[in-house]
Amino acid sequence: MSKVQFLLNGQQQSVEVPPMKRLLDVLREDLRLTGTKEGCGEGECGACAVLMNGELVNSCLIPALQAEGTRLCTIEGVSTDGHLHPIQQCFLERGGAQCGICTPGMILATHQLLDKYPNPTMEQIQEGLGGNLCRCTGYMRIFESVQEAAALNPLAGK
Amino acid sequence: MEELIDGIGASPLRKEGRAKVLGAARYIDDLSLPDMWHGATVRSTIARGRIRNLHFGNEIDWSEYTVVSARDIPGLNTVAHLTNDHPCLASEYINHPDEPILLLAHPSKTALHHALKAITIEYDEYPGVFTIEESEQAVAAQDAERIIWDGSQWNATANCFKTYTMYSGEGEEVEAGLSRAFEEADYIVEGEYSTGAQEQLYIENNGVIAECFRDENGDVESVCVQGSMQCPYYLVHALELVFNLPEEKCRVIQVETGGAFGGKEDFPSVIGSHAALLAMKSGHPVKLVYDRAEDMAATTKRHPSRTRLRTAVSREGKLLGAEISVAIDGGAYSTLSPVVLSRATIHAPGPYHWPFLRVKSKAMATNVPPHGAFRGFGAPQSLFGLERHMDKIAKTIGISPEELRRKNFLATGDYTATGQPLVEEVDMQKLLTRALREASYHEKIARYAEENKTSPIKRGVGFAAFMHGTGFTGSGERRLNSQVHLELLPDGRPQILVSSTEFGQGTNTILCQAAASALHLPYDLVTIAQPDTSRVPNSGPTVASRTAMIVGKLVQRASEQMLHTLSSFAALPENHTSQQFLEAARRYLAEHGTLRESVRYEPPTKIYWDDELYRGDAYPGYAWAVYVAEVAVDTRTYSATVTRFDALQEVGRVMHPVLAKGQIEGGVAQGIGYALYEKCVWKNGHMANNQMTNYIMPTSADLPPIHVHFEEVPSIHGPNGAKGIGELPMDGPAPAILNAIENATGISFNAIPLLPEDIFERVHSLGHPHGGSRELDPNTDRDTRVEETIA
Repeated sequence: MSKVQFLLNGQQQSVEVPPMKRLLDVLREDLRLTGTKEGCGEGECGACAVLMNGELVNSCLIPALQAEGTRLCTIEGVSTDGHLHPIQQCFLERGGAQCGICTPGMILATHQLLDKYPNPTMEQIQEGLGGNLCRCTGYMRIFESVQEAAALNPLAGK
Repeated sequence: MEELIDGIGASPLRKEGRAKVLGAARYIDDLSLPDMWHGATVRSTIARGRIRNLHFGNEIDWSEYTVVSARDIPGLNTVAHLTNDHPCLASEYINHPDEPILLLAHPSKTALHHALKAITIEYDEYPGVFTIEESEQAVAAQDAERIIWDGSQWNATANCFKTYTMYSGEGEEVEAGLSRAFEEADYIVEGEYSTGAQEQLYIENNGVIAECFRDENGDVESVCVQGSMQCPYYLVHALELVFNLPEEKCRVIQVETGGAFGGKEDFPSVIGSHAALLAMKSGHPVKLVYDRAEDMAATTKRHPSRTRLRTAVSREGKLLGAEISVAIDGGAYSTLSPVVLSRATIHAPGPYHWPFLRVKSKAMATNVPPHGAFRGFGAPQSLFGLERHMDKIAKTIGISPEELRRKNFLATGDYTATGQPLVEEVDMQKLLTRALREASYHEKIARYAEENKTSPIKRGVGFAAFMHGTGFTGSGERRLNSQVHLELLPDGRPQILVSSTEFGQGTNTILCQAAASALHLPYDLVTIAQPDTSRVPNSGPTVASRTAMIVGKLVQRASEQMLHTLSSFAALPENHTSQQFLEAARRYLAEHGTLRESVRYEPPTKIYWDDELYRGDAYPGYAWAVYVAEVAVDTRTYSATVTRFDALQEVGRVMHPVLAKGQIEGGVAQGIGYALYEKCVWKNGHMANNQMTNYIMPTSADLPPIHVHFEEVPSIHGPNGAKGIGELPMDGPAPAILNAIENATGISFNAIPLLPEDIFERVHSLGHPHGGSRELDPNTDRDTRVEETIA
C-alpha cells in the first residue's frame, strides 16, 4: 500500500492504495466518483478520460503512484454548485449525449480542446476528440456541441 | 399565460440528459449493494467437443468461492428464446468457443482473476464447422461428424435452424411465371454478395447485479436482477425457466444503459440468469460485469450472410423476375436467428416491384458464439446484396443506376412482395430526386469521371434505395399484445409506465412528448418511470423500430383516455392550462385515491398475415429512404474513405428533430464501419481480435460530414404521424458506399467489410491469377509464377 496525494477537483485528497492500482479504480472505488467510466481498459475508447495537470489522460492506463502531486479534474469537477458548465449545457441542448457513457470523457476532451484552441477548426475538433469513441451519435451532434461551446467561450475570438 | 408545449416536432431537452452530462447518471457498474460479491465466468477454450474432466488447482482455497455448474440450476438448463436449445451453462457438450461452463463468485474481483486461471478443463475435441459453406457441405455430404445441430428435436433439419420460402403470389403460379420470365428476359443477371459479422460495440459492456431471496424454509422465493438491457421482460421469462418460478417472483429492473444496438436484446437473458444463479448459491448479491475482451468474445454479433440473386430483366430495364436466396450464419444455437432471417427475407426484394419473385432463406448452425440482434436485424444483409445487384443490372444492360430504379420503384397503391397494399403515400421517385440533388450527384458523376483520369485518388458517388418495416413482423405485434399505463403522481403530474427502455436513442423523451402533446401539457410536467417489472406493464421489447410508432401510439391513447377521465370529472376546458390540469388531477386523487389509465395494442383492422405462406401485411408501416455516399479511393494506399454522406428518409412525422438526426447520423456511422472498417477475425470460431485496439470502429477523425434530410408524410399508425426510425440508417450505407467505390474505380466489390488489404488483393490480382499479396511473399517462386501466368 502506498499513500498517494493529489488535488482532485480543487480538493486535496489522500488515499492508501496499492501503487499500481489503476487511477480509474482509485477514482471509482476508493473515492466513489463514478462519473469516470470504463469502456475498454486499454486506453482506446477514452470513456475513462480525466484531466491531469490540464492534460487529457486515460485513467485506465495511469497507475495510482503516477497521480502523486498532480492536479486532477474529473467530470464531477466540471460543473459548479449544480450549474452546468457551458460545455455541458451545449452537449445537453445539441444532442451531444445519447447513451451518455462516453459523455464524461468527451466533455473533458472538449474542455482540453477549447483550452488549447478557443476557436477550433473542424479538423482540430476531429483530431482533439479522436481518442474518445462514441458509438451512438456518429459524432455530428458532438461536433455541433463543441462549436456551440466555443462560440460561448469568453476566450474565443481573443 | 399558457406555457409553451414542447410536444411532437419540437426538440425539448433529453429527459435524463442533465444527469448524463454531469456524470451523475448511474450505470450498472456504478452501483453496489451491501455485502455484494463479484462474479466471473469459466468458458470453453475449444469450439466443439465433450468435457472430460474439470480440474480445480490446489493453489486456490476454493472454500472462499461459490462455484455454480449446470447441476445447480433449479429449473431448466436453458436460455429462453424461441426454442430451448441454448443451455444456460454447458454441462457435457461444448458447441462454441467461450461457451459458459462454470460460474464463480467471490467478495474480491482480483481474487476471481487468480481463480479463473486455476481451473483447467480437459476435452474430447470434435470437428467443428465455422462458416455457412462448411455447415452446408456437412449436410450435403451427410457427414455425421459435422452435423453440429440436430434439427429433428426442434422441428427443423440438420445444421439448419430455420428456412423460409416467400413467393410474390401463389407458389405454383409464381414458379411458372419465373420460368417464363427467365425464358423471355433480354438479360439474366446473377450475383453473390456477402457480409461479415459486426460487433455492436456499445461503450458500456454487458453487466447486471442479481439478488436472490429465500422464504423461512430456505427455499428460493424470488429473484431480482438489475442491469444494462433493452428488454426487461425477456429476462423475466428467462429467469422463470431457469428458477422454475412464476413471473411475479422474477423482478427485473433496467438501469441507465450505455448503448445497446440490439446487443442487449437477447444477451441479458444469459448474463442475468448467470448472476442470479450465483446470488442463489452464494447467499449474496452478485455483480457480474464483463470486461471488453470477454464481452467481445462471448456475446452476440450481427449475423454474417450470403445473398445470391438471379434476376430476369428486359432491355428497357424492367425487372421481370427474381430468385433470391439468403443464408445467414446463426452460430451455435438458434436464439433469435429465425426472426432475424424473417426480416432478411421480407426486406430482400427492396422497394421494387417484382412481377414474379421467390425468396428462399435459411439460417445455418456453426460452431461460433450465437449471433444475435443488431440494429437492422437481417435487413442490412439482404439489402446489401440487393442494392449492389441493382447497380450490377444497370451496368449489364447499359442504363444508369437511377433509371433502373425509377422504372421499378413501388408506389402508392402497389403491392409489396408479400402482397401488402401500400395504402399510405409512398413516393420513392421524389425521394430519389431530392437525395441526388442534395448530394449534387449528377454534377459529381461528371466531374469525377474527368478528374479520375489523371488523379491517383479516384472519387465516386453511389446510392442505395431501401425501406425498413416498423414494428414486429406479421402477427408479431398482435402476439406481443403490448400494454401501457399512465398514472398520476401524488402532485398531479402524469407518469408513463412502460417496459420500453432508454439506451441513448431517446425513448424517455419521445414518449413524454407524445403524452405531453395528447394531454396538452408542457413536456417538463410529464415523467416516465424507471422500467421495473414489479411496477411497469409489458409494453414489449425495445427493438424493431417499434417504440416511437407502436408504444408511442399507446402512450398517446392512454393520455387521451386520461384527459377524457379528468375532463368528465372536473369539466376541464379544452385549452386547459397546466395549473387547471394539476388542480383537476389532485381533486381526482383526493376523491379516488389513484388514477391509472391502461391501454393495450389494438391491431389495425384489415391487417392480415399468413405465417405459413408468408403473405400479407408484413409491417404496419415502412420508413423509406435514399442514401448517397461519396468516396475517395487512394490507389497508392488502397484505402477507401467516405468523404460525404447524404441520408434522406421519409419516417412519417419527425417527433424530435435533434434526436432524430442523432439517430440517423449514429446509424450511418455504424453503417460506414460495417462497410469499411469493422472486421471480426475468427480463429476456430473464437473472435481473435476481441479488443478495441484491433477491432476498428470509426473515430471522430474517420467520418465525413453526414447530411440528414427528412421528408415528412404523417402515418396513421404512429402518434401524430410518427413512424420507426432506429434501424433504417443501418440498411443503406454499406451498399451506397460500395456502389460509389465501383463508380470511382470501375471495380465491383461484393463483400464487406472491405478493407484496404481486400482492395489491394483485387487490384493486384486483376488479370493476374497469382497476383495480389503473393507477389510480396519472399517464399513465392516468381519464375514459376510467371510461367503459370503465361501458360
